[in-house]
Amino acid sequence: MKPILELTGVSKGFNGVSVLKDINLTVNEGDFVSIIGYSGTGKSTLISLIAGLLKPDAGSAKMDDSPITGPGPERGIVFQNYSLLPWLTVTENIRLAVDQIYPSMTPAERTSHVQKHVEMVKLGHAAGKYPRELSGGMRQRVSVARTLAANPRILLLDEPLSALDALTRATLQDEIADIWQKNRTTVIWITNDPDEALLVADRVIPLIPGQTGATLGEEIPVGFARPRNRRELLQAPEFKNLKLRLVNTLLDAKRGTIPTLTRKLSPPDILPEDLGKKREFSLFDRPSPRRRSQLQREEVQVEAS
Amino acid sequence: MKLFEKLKLDTLILPLIAILICLGAWSFLSGKAKVSTSVDDWGDTVTKTERVGISADLPSPSETWIASKPYIVEPLAKRGELDQGILRFTWLSLKLVAQGYLLALVIGTPIGFFLGLSKNFTKAFDPIIQVLRPVSPLAWLPLGMVMFSGMKILGADGRVSFGTSDAAALFTIAICAMWPTVLNTAVGVRAVPQDYLNVAKVLKLSRTKTLFKVLIPSALPYMFTGFRLSLGIAWLVIVAVEMLIGKPGIGGFLWQQYNANSFAHIILSILTIGVVGFILDRGMSLIESRFRTA
Repeated sequence: MKPILELTGVSKGFNGVSVLKDINLTVNEGDFVSIIGYSGTGKSTLISLIAGLLKPDAGSAKMDDSPITGPGPERGIVFQNYSLLPWLTVTENIRLAVDQIYPSMTPAERTSHVQKHVEMVKLGHAAGKYPRELSGGMRQRVSVARTLAANPRILLLDEPLSALDALTRATLQDEIADIWQKNRTTVIWITNDPDEALLVADRVIPLIPGQTGATLGEEIPVGFARPRNRRELLQAPEFKNLKLRLVNTLLDAKRGTIPTLTRKLSPPDILPEDLGKKREFSLFDRPSPRRRSQLQREEVQVEAS
Repeated sequence: MKLFEKLKLDTLILPLIAILICLGAWSFLSGKAKVSTSVDDWGDTVTKTERVGISADLPSPSETWIASKPYIVEPLAKRGELDQGILRFTWLSLKLVAQGYLLALVIGTPIGFFLGLSKNFTKAFDPIIQVLRPVSPLAWLPLGMVMFSGMKILGADGRVSFGTSDAAALFTIAICAMWPTVLNTAVGVRAVPQDYLNVAKVLKLSRTKTLFKVLIPSALPYMFTGFRLSLGIAWLVIVAVEMLIGKPGIGGFLWQQYNANSFAHIILSILTIGVVGFILDRGMSLIESRFRTA
């Protein structure tokens, strides 16, 4: 099988600070890849490189064997902050993409294409609403619909759900996985949530931070059958093992980057104030809190047994 | 019911109290006519009228009302070129303002877009703009007179319908009112979120499409703030311009009445200018709020 996307030895830095170093990634047609890493390790930089919004400093990024020179609708991207145009309604936001991608369609065909994608993300009731009238989850649905309406060959999701609450996130994970199940677009999903990565993807690749830029770690294949049942999976020992492995990889990676410091800590040892005692007012000699470490003698009441 | 009463207090009674206080201060400061009769050496009774008060020549509120009544009661009357009803003068001024203001928008908005889009353009032109911006209309008008000294467009009746002074007036209004539009448009274009531009890039929108589908809608709220401020300035400038070139209009009327020692009409003009300016500003705010997106 020929890879649809191939990154070889890609590096990228900003203002002399290296962010990504020696990234090698091969994605085949129909893959569901999840890249997981800490905030600030360069996940968004990586997806911007794939999307073509950034240019690699070294190495090559290829799609279908030709280098990526700029952004294009064949690599649809869902941004973390939705990036909906606030002056357009749900339908109009999607229509903007459809008008651009399908110039040969008749207006009626475009309308039905937009309609289909609005229904696909279950927003038929909110089609005429503006983004400001929608909740975060609904906005992200619109964003997904807009990107899918452009019929991308690769769907790039840049932490699409990290601004949402946990329950909405779970629902949307399932919905996006369902949609993928139906049309099998190649997906690269960037996340910082191990559960999310393992629940949705077939291949999970950790992004390992390093002193001289982050690089991709060893891939963890996820072989659970689809459609996946969230409740069963979360309890399955295989799932727990994979999660443990993934979390350990990430934690070990983090440990390597931060120099350890030993510091003597003194835990707080202030004793509770004796409220039964009468406080006498004194102007200068304010009573300071008593500390256990300062006590010369401690009286402990022992109940006679 | 309680809310209604509170609203009435806030929007009706408190402003009324303030107006009454101001009217009181005005009457206190203004001069009053004092009639004195005396018998002269020939035994005739002579009546002498003189004005007394802190500011003797300032007409009192009631005198102002009596003198202004013909202009207000018949706001559309035309008794002569410089003796017309107050609404007629306002209309003449508004027409001139509208022309100059439109000119300012047509010139200012593209300049603002260039400033917002190109860093080099900003670096090149910002110093010039900052120097020209604070120049008063009173300074631009003579320059306009010089620049358009040969301007003469004849009307159907063979008289000059658009001459040097008209061109200079338009020029002055446009160049003074342009700056808020220029600067606010530039800020608005610079403030277009990168995310929106990324969307345009990923969809491969053409330059014109990006301009009309992303840049302009996104910058529109800023642009309208600029338009509103520009309109305010255009209305400020019109008075100065009309005073200098003596065109019939609210500012021309003011100056003519000053020269005619008809001081009550000056106050009438000032109040009219203020009320019209207020209405224009409110109207623009209304339009502005309709275009606010996020």
